[in-house]
Amino acid sequence: MTDGNLFELKGISKRFVKGKEAISIFGDLDMTIKKGDFLAIMGPSGSGKTTLLNMLGGVDQPTGGEVWFDGQRIDKYSEGQMAKWRAGNIGFIFQFYNLMPMLSAARNVELPLLLTNLSASQRKKSVDTALELVGLGDRAKHLPKEMSGGQQQRVAIARAIVSDPKLLLCDEPTGDLDRHTADEILEMLQLLNEKFGKTIVMVTHDGAAAKYAKHVLHLDKGEFVEKDLVA
Amino acid sequence: MKMLSQIWAVIVMNIRSLPQRLWMSLAAVLAVTVVVAVLLSFLAMANGFAKTLEGSGSDKVAIVTRGGSQSELNSVLSREAVNAVAVAPGIAKKADGTPFYSAELYVVVDAIKRSSGTEVNLPLRGIDQAGFDLRDNVSIVEGRMFTPGNNELIVGQKVLEQFTGFELGKEVNFGKSRWVVVGVFSTGGNAFESELWADARTVQDQFRRGNSYQTMRIRLEEPGNVQGIIDTVEADPTLNLDVKTEAEYFSEQGRALRGMVYFGWGISIVMALGALAGALNTMFTSVASRSREIATLRAIGFSNVSAFFGTLAESVVLSIIGGIVGAVLSFTFLDGMTASTLGASFTQVVFSFELSPELFINGIILSLIIGLVGGIFPAWRAARLPVVVAFRNAA
Repeated sequence: MTDGNLFELKGISKRFVKGKEAISIFGDLDMTIKKGDFLAIMGPSGSGKTTLLNMLGGVDQPTGGEVWFDGQRIDKYSEGQMAKWRAGNIGFIFQFYNLMPMLSAARNVELPLLLTNLSASQRKKSVDTALELVGLGDRAKHLPKEMSGGQQQRVAIARAIVSDPKLLLCDEPTGDLDRHTADEILEMLQLLNEKFGKTIVMVTHDGAAAKYAKHVLHLDKGEFVEKDLVA
Repeated sequence: MKMLSQIWAVIVMNIRSLPQRLWMSLAAVLAVTVVVAVLLSFLAMANGFAKTLEGSGSDKVAIVTRGGSQSELNSVLSREAVNAVAVAPGIAKKADGTPFYSAELYVVVDAIKRSSGTEVNLPLRGIDQAGFDLRDNVSIVEGRMFTPGNNELIVGQKVLEQFTGFELGKEVNFGKSRWVVVGVFSTGGNAFESELWADARTVQDQFRRGNSYQTMRIRLEEPGNVQGIIDTVEADPTLNLDVKTEAEYFSEQGRALRGMVYFGWGISIVMALGALAGALNTMFTSVASRSREIATLRAIGFSNVSAFFGTLAESVVLSIIGGIVGAVLSFTFLDGMTASTLGASFTQVVFSFELSPELFINGIILSLIIGLVGGIFPAWRAARLPVVVAFRNAA
């Protein structure tokens, strides 16, 4: 694996069996993600964007091929190993925020830290820092239902970055937001990439959103058809 | 430590999200409440009845009945048999040196139950002063003792609570004979308090019993030692009698109660199966409605073990809440409640429902089992839910 590469997918295939029919999403996909990149993946519905994102996040396994992360081959990990790997390396940002409705913003942000050995006071400090970073230091005790969509997505971003993961995976992060709020969220992701060096992979339908990325990949029928449109 | 904090976090989240599934959760709680309340009502009844009978029997007193008779009502003893037994070794002596025993009659009379207005059987015991002296904790609490030779009754305290027409000073008709209630007695809450007592010879006359009796109660020289009396009975071929301590006698009477306990458990188990179905349904619905939350936590890095225990804990908490509510309701409404039922002599025995801490714990254990069994399969589903499938379902 080349230095400077965070992710490397080699000859990835993915097949689903639906009844008697086998559906192939990817045949022989190769992909490299460099450390510090901000990559947008675009493509029509059914092109395999979300499946690819799930495989990058370790929540779905390829049928064939190899997945390397930071010099480690991870596609053979057990479920438990994969959970630990995700906890240490990946931050997820979802289209519908996926916050726990019964927990305050601070408690939501604290969740990934419960998987670490940090003390309660260290966790609180990290949570406060993450919430300040996304501009919600004063909303720590608010429940998700007491916040707007944009604020909820910022809480989700705080949750994704609080444990300082190497990679942020964003699944249509602005799909549920108006243009103005979407731009705010995308600017925040850009800041995290440029100022804090976070590697970001974002799946989106939105061409305007993709412009915030350093690189854009177009996926169609399981293959990349155009590359580096923005670079 | 990390695993424990994960599990704890998931449990707290699940419990806090219960209001989102309020009605279904309440239905599960209610089902367990009913099961535990029914179980405890049966057990409290059996416990109270058993304690009433246990308290009636003494080790210091032997009871002699006709051979093979299962109860006092079926027994009959002639005066000659009583006299023959009275000379047996092992019988304590009164102050005047005579054997300390009481020959007693036991006849059935009609009474009206206060709660239902129905006609039931009550025992009328023919007794004399020795019968009083033989029993522990006997006292007249109101009125006076009956006068030998007169048609006078004294009634047990529990008779007054449960049956009408036996208030102090009232006249009572049994067949053609007329009696007056002159006193109320207490025996410390045992089965004798469900009886009417009158002079033995008067009862013999009024009920045409000649010179016969039903039972003989004997104060023993040595508590529990009835061997001398048994030897005497066996040595005389004209005597066909059963001899046992009063404690043994009432313990055998109480065995019929085991059926009530088994019946209570049987009904409760059948109902528990219903509650179990409710718990399963509630928990499967809970897992389905929280699939996005479960998937998100798993994506963040939470283990499937935490998803399992979080779901199981929710089920157990709901069940235990149901169990506690059921036990508290039973305690509030049943503990100490007085009722009467048919005893072994086809007469009414008045007893109180008694909910002991042990029964309370039994109820909670049953609710815990319902919670565990009702939660384990949904918890397994939560733990095995592939993260990506859960996202798809939730989307």
